[in-house]
Amino acid sequence: MMGFQIIVLWSDVLIWLLVAAGMGVGVLIAKNPPLLSAWRRVGASRVGMASAVVLIAFALIGLVDSLHYRSQLESKPGQPVVYSVEVLSLLDALVTPLRTRNEKTYSEPFATRLYAKETIDVPGKGTVRDYPRLKYGGIHLGEREDEVAADVAMTAFRAAVLAFLGWLAVAGVVAQIVARDGSGWQKIWRGETVFAWNALLIMLGLILLIAVPLFALSTQYHVFGTDKVGQDVLYQILKSVRTGLIIGLVTTLVMLPMAVLLGIVAGYFRGWVDDVIQYVYTVLSSIPGVLLIAAAVLMMQVVIDTHPQWFSTSAERADLRLLALCFILGITSWTGLCRLLRGETLKLRELEYIQAAQAFGVSNWRIIVRHILPNLMHIVIIALVMDFSGLVLAEAVLSYVGIGVDPSMTSFGTMINSARMELGREPVVWWSLAAAFTAMFILVLAANLFADAVRDAFDPRAA
Amino acid sequence: MLTVKNLRLGFTAGRQTLAAVDGISFAISKGETFALLGESGCGKSVTAQGIMRLLPAAGRVLTGSVQLDGEELLALPEADMRRIRGGRMAMIFQEPATSLNPVLTVGRQIGEVLERHRNLRGEAATERMLELLRQVGIADPERRLGEYPFQLSGGMKQRVMIAMALAGNPQLLIADEPTTALDVTIQAQILDLLARLQAERGMGMLLITHDLGVVARMAHRIGVMYAGELVEVASREEFFTRPRHPYTQALFAALPEVSRRGLKLTTIPGQVPSLSAMPAGCRFADRCAHVMPQCRTVSPDWREVGTGHVVRCHWTGEAADVETIGHAITELNIEPGRPFLEMNQLKVHFPIRRGLFQRTVGHVRAVDGVSMAISAGRTLALVGESGCGKTTVGKALLQLIKPTDGSVKLGGGELVGMTPKRLRAARRHMQMVFQDPFASLNPRMRVGEIIAEGMTVLTLKVDANAQREAVAALLKQVGLPDEAAGRYPHEFSGGQRQRIAIARALAVQPELLICDEPTSALDVSVQAQILNLLKSLQEELGVAYLFITHNFAVVEYLAHDVAVMYLGRIVEQGRAEEVLRSPKHPYTQALLSAVPVPRLEAHTSVIRLPGETPSPANPPQGCHFHPRCPQAMAVCRQNYPETSTVSPTHTVNCHLIG
Amino acid sequence: MLAYIVRRLLYAIPILIGVNLITFALFFVVNTPDDMARMQLGVKRVTPEAIEKWKVERGYDKPLLINAEATGMATVTDTVFFQKSARMFVGDFGRAEDGRDIAREISARMGPSLAIALPTFILGLFVTVTFALTLAFFRATAFDFWGVVLCVAMMSISGLFYIIGGQYLISKVWRLVPISGFGDGLDAWRFLILPVLIGVVSGIGSSARWYRTIFLEEVGKDYVRTARAKGLPETVVFFRHVLRNALIPILTGIVVVIPLLFMGSLLTESFFGIPGLGSYTIDAINAQDFAVVRSMVFIGSVLYIVGLILTDISYTLVDPRIRFE
Repeated sequence: MMGFQIIVLWSDVLIWLLVAAGMGVGVLIAKNPPLLSAWRRVGASRVGMASAVVLIAFALIGLVDSLHYRSQLESKPGQPVVYSVEVLSLLDALVTPLRTRNEKTYSEPFATRLYAKETIDVPGKGTVRDYPRLKYGGIHLGEREDEVAADVAMTAFRAAVLAFLGWLAVAGVVAQIVARDGSGWQKIWRGETVFAWNALLIMLGLILLIAVPLFALSTQYHVFGTDKVGQDVLYQILKSVRTGLIIGLVTTLVMLPMAVLLGIVAGYFRGWVDDVIQYVYTVLSSIPGVLLIAAAVLMMQVVIDTHPQWFSTSAERADLRLLALCFILGITSWTGLCRLLRGETLKLRELEYIQAAQAFGVSNWRIIVRHILPNLMHIVIIALVMDFSGLVLAEAVLSYVGIGVDPSMTSFGTMINSARMELGREPVVWWSLAAAFTAMFILVLAANLFADAVRDAFDPRAA
Repeated sequence: MLTVKNLRLGFTAGRQTLAAVDGISFAISKGETFALLGESGCGKSVTAQGIMRLLPAAGRVLTGSVQLDGEELLALPEADMRRIRGGRMAMIFQEPATSLNPVLTVGRQIGEVLERHRNLRGEAATERMLELLRQVGIADPERRLGEYPFQLSGGMKQRVMIAMALAGNPQLLIADEPTTALDVTIQAQILDLLARLQAERGMGMLLITHDLGVVARMAHRIGVMYAGELVEVASREEFFTRPRHPYTQALFAALPEVSRRGLKLTTIPGQVPSLSAMPAGCRFADRCAHVMPQCRTVSPDWREVGTGHVVRCHWTGEAADVETIGHAITELNIEPGRPFLEMNQLKVHFPIRRGLFQRTVGHVRAVDGVSMAISAGRTLALVGESGCGKTTVGKALLQLIKPTDGSVKLGGGELVGMTPKRLRAARRHMQMVFQDPFASLNPRMRVGEIIAEGMTVLTLKVDANAQREAVAALLKQVGLPDEAAGRYPHEFSGGQRQRIAIARALAVQPELLICDEPTSALDVSVQAQILNLLKSLQEELGVAYLFITHNFAVVEYLAHDVAVMYLGRIVEQGRAEEVLRSPKHPYTQALLSAVPVPRLEAHTSVIRLPGETPSPANPPQGCHFHPRCPQAMAVCRQNYPETSTVSPTHTVNCHLIG
Repeated sequence: MLAYIVRRLLYAIPILIGVNLITFALFFVVNTPDDMARMQLGVKRVTPEAIEKWKVERGYDKPLLINAEATGMATVTDTVFFQKSARMFVGDFGRAEDGRDIAREISARMGPSLAIALPTFILGLFVTVTFALTLAFFRATAFDFWGVVLCVAMMSISGLFYIIGGQYLISKVWRLVPISGFGDGLDAWRFLILPVLIGVVSGIGSSARWYRTIFLEEVGKDYVRTARAKGLPETVVFFRHVLRNALIPILTGIVVVIPLLFMGSLLTESFFGIPGLGSYTIDAINAQDFAVVRSMVFIGSVLYIVGLILTDISYTLVDPRIRFE
């Protein structure tokens, strides 16, 4: 058993803090009936629950990918312990075959041979130009390369049966939870439950039916093919999820405190405080977002490049750059929420319950905390979920332009960026782009649908 | 002319359809005004929308028939219905402010109707529009045609709405609470106008209202609605002399009036049943004073009790002998003692900023030199129309708005300019109850927390247990159950919320409660409950009220002293009986005469004020009231009248008296 | 009304100064010119002499804010701030890394940017407003439902996909138009049609959904009920009453971007090889040409502020409440 050293990256800290905060908020919500009833409305929305399942699946991948370590290098006894410079995550450990079984270059999904002809030595025939056999893809078939289709179908079928049985077990437990007397099953499928269990279970079934066969196959084949340097595309997709999640969540959380505080203060106190805050956000929002981000990222790059001594591993450097990007995105995007909250506070402060509090001489800060903030929470929650999808999309564009995450960090943007010319090749290499776009589409679509469900449940006008 | 038979209208909610109007029938003949009377949520507006086939998206016509001159409207194709809508049948709505399109001119909006239904365009249309505007009493119609709704006052907007409705020469006019959003003097103008137009044109009119006074002024026949059903239909005389349904009788008995001073008002216990839980028998059974066993099981049939007077009730008794319970203390017992709150020349001016550098170019004189005194345990009613500054006075007293000038003395201490710290201590002596029970309670706080907030801040009951007990005692005092403390405001009805708001104010044991229109958002029966509560609290606690209102019935019932405000100044004040019985100021006289009285013998001498209240940014020279005053003299145009004393307690600002 | 517009114009001045200060801080305070030089020269060639030479060539060798060695006005003017930041107000942007005058380059590249951005904007607005209006007209029907589903799906697709997919399908597989490039005169349309089409399609999802929400909000208002009570046909209600009022919130969202059309689109221009300001910016970012990025940030802000003023003016045109104030 090799030793290892746990590495805690800054983004890991933030992401686990987020999980903790999410649980804390959950407890608070459970104690607060108005908020709880709003979340119940989200729970009753079929689309909302189906998309929530997808989002949770993505979040699990991201969380497993947020536990980092460095493995111990083999060293002679007596010598100091040395750890590998490569920082790995729990996800890397779980999918070691995907990470390590690299081919030489491009190969199609489920291929057994490379996508480019090479000169190979065939014993007895001399050198020929042919598609060389892959080192790992479909190697268990040996000479029976023409049986790929049958083998894939068989493996997929077995895995699907397994997935279905697993799903039945979960659904059975849920039915028991819904109603102890055994009528739970009927209630769920007739849509008689308040919580949208049926949508949740259907989506869970779909995910299991797709994911389990996919992973069963991925041990034997490159299910999404390999890229230019022979890396498995499925592995890249899995690694991209964490990047997308961090950009989408941390950014909003970075800007939230500032937007909330300044927005409320401006709206509540008005006068010169309002003038100053309005001036600041008008100036910041006057600079077109992309350009401000470009300028800030350029400057951040200079800082990082001129201080190499700050980082012991490249993972740390990439991680810090990712967080810096979150901060930059946050600083450029807080103005919208701030303006919204200011306007809403202006309306709230004229309401009679605020005046009633003022009539008791309740201090301004106490009014803000007890009366104004709780009545703005729905806007904050809506903003949080609405921004997520936009930020995931923005990351792809920024990374493509070259002002996104570190090129060494896998993300949807860097995947697309490195595959940008592949459609121009003859013959076409389509799988990297297709996989990246599809994965991103599913994540963003789920986020958008969930955001809609949340907005409908929280927006008082919709009710 | 219009016959409605067994009309059922419902709303779809999920998979269910709930009937909001459940089988009503009535008819309106030419030149007749039929009033649909009922409290909020009884389905009267839905009925009007159903007749026009203008139900909102979730609304459905379930069964029934609506015939206009024998033509079945519910069966007409939409295109034909459009020809009738705005043509033979027109409608005016409650909120003139939002019912006109803000970005189209008045002329355009009236012209549309002429083009659609009268085929008039160009010159002819303009001619007709000018004629219509003149008919509805709009001065300078040429100019008004080119103006946008935001340039018109509220009363003028409603006149434009009426002109628009008349443009298609309708046989039937549906007026849905046409004056509810308007001030009492403007209401009188609009009601006169509607009555005149109806008489001239021989139109049928369906008037929808909750106001018995409006009914008495306008209606020929009346239908009372309750929970989606008609419960009583009677001619005007029958209705006001012999109301038969217990609900109708309760509505009359709940009205605050001068004759009921010192008596508890009759209230209707409970609430209107919700659409999803309609009782099987009589829908009023749960709240009825004369309920019998059969009421719970059998829905009563129509029963004729007089000529043209039918009622749906099992109870065959005559008028109910309303139990008259007196309040323990009447005003006779409270002698005006030493005033403990005095305001002197109180002024609140808001700057108007204009131009390039937002310089102050003038002031809105919301409150312009108001002097009043309130004695312990008495009720001072501050009366006036919207925009006269009465609410601002209340807020300035509490220092919620900083007064520009003048003084407010509480027990000898000057509040204006007091440091925030000392002001906090002074705040426990007076508190406020606000108008809108839905906006005055924080929806995210429990009722217990809401009530306790004042105690916490003013450190009256720091101990959690003592606080809890105090909250329970307060809830009991305002007639709410103990467990209300743990619930959230949205679980309560409007009247219950107003009780919570009163409990919150009482929590710091103030000597003065400023009540800003506390019942204007409530139905009559609920209003009676709140008024009873306020009176009994005054008996128990000896708390004084500054009662800010526009409702004279409430003033007559409740007030010991009255002050009448016009454009930021008090024009007349004195004992209630002095001001109400022998008003000296022409404005007070006009206000009193404009109030529609819910009795047959209402119209004796009627003073109608022309025009509307001018803007407080630019009050008229001399006496503020002279442009509308029927008795204005030359001197009124030049000087603001001094205060003249009619009796030791009665003062008036008018040249007629001075 | 005139006072209102003049006031908005005056308010733009402190905003512009603020933007200028932010760009200055970002480019010269966060990193010193020495850091920039080190970054540009690369690790191998860094010597104190090389850094000094690099700074002198670009005029970054002066003090940042106050030149203590100079006298008179020069204490203020002979500084990095004045030369590099303040002079942008008069249109002096300095030179790019390749030695060309940035101001001239910008004026030459505005044309191609506008040639793409303007048709995209106009066509896009027409298509999305029409689509949204249709959805709102058929509200609460299956058509509306699936239209919204389509919108959500379309806005969940990355903008990169529209470009890459569109180029592949239309130019490479179907060979309808050239894959990229730019031509002058009448010939230009062959190059313009694809980027404009892609620009329009990629914008439909989010805008149409947003406009639909605005339309629906207006449809629920009281005056619409009044219009129906007049017996007007639904089309008249929609086009005369609803559309006019919905135009007010829509205008705020779109007028502000009109001046920014000059800046072009980063993605479209770099993919289609259009010699506009968007691709200029991208090239500058990749080449780490600080002078060009700084200039673009400033110009972008100026155009945005112009857009804000235009929005205020357009308000006075559509909303009588402001016109008559």
